[in-house]
Amino acid sequence: MIEVKDLHKSFGDAHILKGISTVFEKGKTNLIIGQSGSGKTVFLKCLLGLFDYESGSIMYEGKAFKKLSIDERTALRSEIGMVFQGSALFDSMTIAQNVMFPLRMFTKQSKSEMEDRVNFVLNRVNLSDAHNKMPSEASGGMQKRVAIARAIVNKPKYLFCDEPNSGLDPRTSIVIDNLIKEITEEYQITTVINSHDMNSVMQIGEKIVFLKDGLKEWEGSRKTIFKTDNEAVTNFVYSSELFKKVRRMYLEENQ
Amino acid sequence: MKYLHNIGSYFLMIKDIFRKPTKWSVMKTLIFKDIDDLIIGSLGIVAFIAFFVGGVVAIQTSLNISNPLIPKYLVGFATRQSIILEFAPTFISIIMAGKVGSFITSSIGTMRVTEQIDALEVMGINAINYLVFPKFIALMLYPFVISIAMFLGILGGLAACVYGGYGTLEDYIEGVRTDFIVFHMVYAFIKTIVFAFVLATIPSFYGYFMKGGALEVGKASTTSFVWTSVVIILLNFLLTSLLLG
Repeated sequence: MIEVKDLHKSFGDAHILKGISTVFEKGKTNLIIGQSGSGKTVFLKCLLGLFDYESGSIMYEGKAFKKLSIDERTALRSEIGMVFQGSALFDSMTIAQNVMFPLRMFTKQSKSEMEDRVNFVLNRVNLSDAHNKMPSEASGGMQKRVAIARAIVNKPKYLFCDEPNSGLDPRTSIVIDNLIKEITEEYQITTVINSHDMNSVMQIGEKIVFLKDGLKEWEGSRKTIFKTDNEAVTNFVYSSELFKKVRRMYLEENQ
Repeated sequence: MKYLHNIGSYFLMIKDIFRKPTKWSVMKTLIFKDIDDLIIGSLGIVAFIAFFVGGVVAIQTSLNISNPLIPKYLVGFATRQSIILEFAPTFISIIMAGKVGSFITSSIGTMRVTEQIDALEVMGINAINYLVFPKFIALMLYPFVISIAMFLGILGGLAACVYGGYGTLEDYIEGVRTDFIVFHMVYAFIKTIVFAFVLATIPSFYGYFMKGGALEVGKASTTSFVWTSVVIILLNFLLTSLLLG
């Protein structure tokens, strides 16, 4: 579980995060949504410790991130898996080497043990025949699946995904969404996804945090988002005719 | 203020190169890869330039000796001194700032743009140690490249002198052996080691701290080349004043 309390972050005079408080629960897919410029990426990078913040706290299982020693932070980071927007695969390594990288860095496993684990996770993301390909030879969807495999190979407690569906076709997006959800439930990971893909919200949003201008405007789930009267949320989520219709149908069915 | 900030960040980066080292089994692979990319990969161009510039130095020296009282062996002597004292350590380093420096800046800069450095940091890896330390170790073999440049420069001078008809083999060899001072070699290799450090760290600094996209990677490579060259030239002056002045 990750608990955030009154988080503030500024860049010079620009106050980006203006006191965000929320809880991301274990075994659930938690989504951070909001318009471009609402502070989603800054929030995610603060959670990951890539950005320092002025005030507030981020607690991992009750331990304040800022108060951790360097060794404790290193230990915590080895429990974090991250799927970047552009996949961020190491382009000098093959797909198998990319996936094996966290194991080589953080475990004392033998080569055969590492290979077994790499085979297992690559099978898990349906990439059993891509071991020796270079990232540049893989499609966008494959790269995302490799990034997920790399993120989960060391059995993380926390999985962060920054726009996992950006640049993917709708069909591949659904595959990636389902994969993240299955892995979250299977390994009981605390998953935090930064997204503005409404399909993901409807598909896997067990907890949704909506940000607007650096503030938490609303929070709920994919079920309660249909019923909310919050104008900012409805304007954002139901901006397309398709989602307006979906909402109307849901509300009619559940009256 | 920006320059001061950059200088401060550069020295903090140097401290981080040696902090929280990467696992040796991983680092070993990175070092061998960087030796291949930075040292072995540079041998061809260094050999080519050294050989022909050595030849040009010998021809120019020969053509500018019009006084019959000046001994013919001066061609070999002047070529050796030019190559050992300045051409090999300093001007090969400027060329390396273009070749190796741009490679380092663009490869690290691209990793920054494509979030690969963020990926390393999220995993809890000291990205500066992971990326810069292997380059620093690889470039400690740089004196090997400079030795080859010295040898080939003098050989190029010999070839141009003898086969171009500017002097005899005996005169050239006598010139190369005349008044040889061992400390000149020590001076040249002290410079080489210092320049190797500059070549590993300044381009890494510009790659690591770059912001923006693909266009900025190109700009960072150019800036890195300019500043690496400036620092090499300034250090060359400083070291020459201290060691030979």
